[in-house]
Amino acid sequence: MSFAGPANFRVSAARALADEPLQRELARFSQGFQVRRVEAAGRLPEFEALRDRARDIKNHCLAHLDFYLERFEENCRAAGGEVHWCATAEDARQAILAICRRLGAKTMAKGKSMVSEEIGLNEFLAEEGVRAVETDLGEYILQLRGESPSHIVAPAIHVATEQWTEAFRAAHTDRPADRSLSDGSEIMAEARAVLREQFLGADVGLTGANFLIAETGSSVIFTNEGNGDLSQTLPRAHIVIAGIEKVIPTLEDLSVFMRVLPRSATGQELTVYTTLSTGPRRAGDLDGPEEYHVVLLDNGRADMLGGEFQDMLRCIRCAACMNACPVYRQIGGHAYGWVYPGPMGAVLTPGLRGVEEAGHLPNASTFCGKCEEVCPVRIPLPRMMRHWREREFARRLSPAKFRYGLGLWAFFAARPALYRPFASLAARVLGRGRPWKRLPLAGGWTGTRDFPASEGRSFMSLWRAGRRR
Amino acid sequence: MASETGKTPRTVALFATCLADLVRPSVAFASVRLLEAAGCRVDVPAAQTCCGQPAYNSGDRKHAARIARRTVRAFRGYEWIVVPSGSCAGMLRRHYADLLGDDEGFGERVWELTSFLVDVCGFQDVRARWPMTAVYHDSCAGLRELGVKDQPRALLAMVEGLELAELPDAEVCCGFGGTFCVKYPDISTAMVRDKAAAVKSSGAGALLAGDLGCLMNMAGRLSREGSPVEVRHVAEVLAGMADEVPPL
Ligand code: SF4
Repeated sequence: MSFAGPANFRVSAARALADEPLQRELARFSQGFQVRRVEAAGRLPEFEALRDRARDIKNHCLAHLDFYLERFEENCRAAGGEVHWCATAEDARQAILAICRRLGAKTMAKGKSMVSEEIGLNEFLAEEGVRAVETDLGEYILQLRGESPSHIVAPAIHVATEQWTEAFRAAHTDRPADRSLSDGSEIMAEARAVLREQFLGADVGLTGANFLIAETGSSVIFTNEGNGDLSQTLPRAHIVIAGIEKVIPTLEDLSVFMRVLPRSATGQELTVYTTLSTGPRRAGDLDGPEEYHVVLLDNGRADMLGGEFQDMLRCIRCAACMNACPVYRQIGGHAYGWVYPGPMGAVLTPGLRGVEEAGHLPNASTFCGKCEEVCPVRIPLPRMMRHWREREFARRLSPAKFRYGLGLWAFFAARPALYRPFASLAARVLGRGRPWKRLPLAGGWTGTRDFPASEGRSFMSLWRAGRRR
Repeated sequence: MASETGKTPRTVALFATCLADLVRPSVAFASVRLLEAAGCRVDVPAAQTCCGQPAYNSGDRKHAARIARRTVRAFRGYEWIVVPSGSCAGMLRRHYADLLGDDEGFGERVWELTSFLVDVCGFQDVRARWPMTAVYHDSCAGLRELGVKDQPRALLAMVEGLELAELPDAEVCCGFGGTFCVKYPDISTAMVRDKAAAVKSSGAGALLAGDLGCLMNMAGRLSREGSPVEVRHVAEVLAGMADEVPPL
């Protein structure tokens, strides 16, 4: 699986716009989660108040992140777990590999984890001789198709039913070739059967975490398929990988997010499973792993603390922003070129990979504000995209022609006495009885839409000449 | 305030917006007409140009701040500043404070036109007639930054002969986005194509909105598709100018 890279945004977006099967899936997608979120929020009168609470809890944690991380570590250790602090993606890969090596592990069952995508874990482990198998249905199909996720909650949202069927027939050759495999339930049944063998055979299990609870040292996952539970209880060791911003103080706080996250993500009151893991199997437990590890990843997050991007660290990865985004709706997630698409990716990706590489992402937004409207932790996403544009502008990364044009326009706009005659002249030039089909220097506009004609005189010149209507 | 008793007329300063100035003076004249009908005296300060949003949203804070300071100065002394655009009003009302650090209370004196007419003036006296079925598109900044949603509809309900139909996805962005529409023309086009399809599916004869940028984008696309749908700024209809000036 590989990413096209955020620098290729233009090309990837153009390809997505021309991809008919993808466009069909996106049209369907736009009527799904987003609609269910509105309905679910409407059924909970205190939803808006819970959003405030969720934001405040996250803000409090970020203000005292060191304290809560240390408490988490302490309590995790007390429960028999081990915590691995990893500054970089490479540190995290090595930490995970070391565990696999020590246990002689050859296979890993994986629950869905975006952070594992962030560090490119699967490819890395494959080179080291450890086979990682995705057990989340969406991630599994992507693994079969050799693709990266296009959405952080529903990673295979871009895959059409026929494509599922095709991939399953190609991969599961030990099954009867003439079996029926045309609808969701048949596909699901086959996936269950195939994946069950993977859980049973895996040496280690890896999951992400929606939250880490400081007071108990627990990790928490919200899932719908139950694969995460199997991935973490059946193998000998359970490895959790999580960004450092995932920690929250108490179980009480978790109850707020349990109400806010599923509703924001899929419009569910609760996910089917809410699973807390605290340390390895204790004496007397019927099941559970022998070892429990938490890999805590920084990878650029700490640099976002204390600055104008700190609010982004509140993100609980619910995907409401991309579900609601009209740009994502047109181009899908792959166009963004990396793990995190949509509005949250447009802010996070430049933070984690640099604005030089990811500059397109915060620019490709109309600032319509829909993402901020739905974000459960009230992250001001448009404002932060604008901050990236400011950094880009200050470092002269935007195209010279554009900067020059903008500067020239701004020069006049700040000098009304000079601006007025120009506006008046432009109004005359653009004035005529029918729209313009083509205009010099405006191909971006007139390539696909007409430009309405001016009325022929500028308002300010008419007004100064005494006209009143 | 004396004006709230209805005896002394309010003096209102109109910020016409650069697009109305350049492309569509009718919008500014319609605004004047409506404000006068609501009992206001209207001034048009000469030192206004653009709100500075193109620079601000392009990350050019220095130039944006320079334009913002200009605008604040041009409108000094006015208690009511009215703008026939949710986007420019949002810029003046919400973002100048961020740009300038302190906008000297400027922002809270700024109102989007329909919101000013309804929320401040309690205006009821729409005297327009326009036999038409129209849909209304909620432009993003007006809707989400200023809460403009019911005001234009309340005013349009008073237009004789006008029927407002339901526009599917009326709150979804049309793809204009200022410089976005020329920086990412193919994405912008895909968005406005969806908007045009929604307008056509509504069966309405006219499309209205309160922001010229969005209106030009949608009008341009509908016209390119050969659609006969009339596109107009809401102020033109409310001021009874729909018969006087051709659509966009
Ligand atoms: S930015 Fe907000 S809406 Fe988007 S994924 Fe994060 S928490 Fe959810």
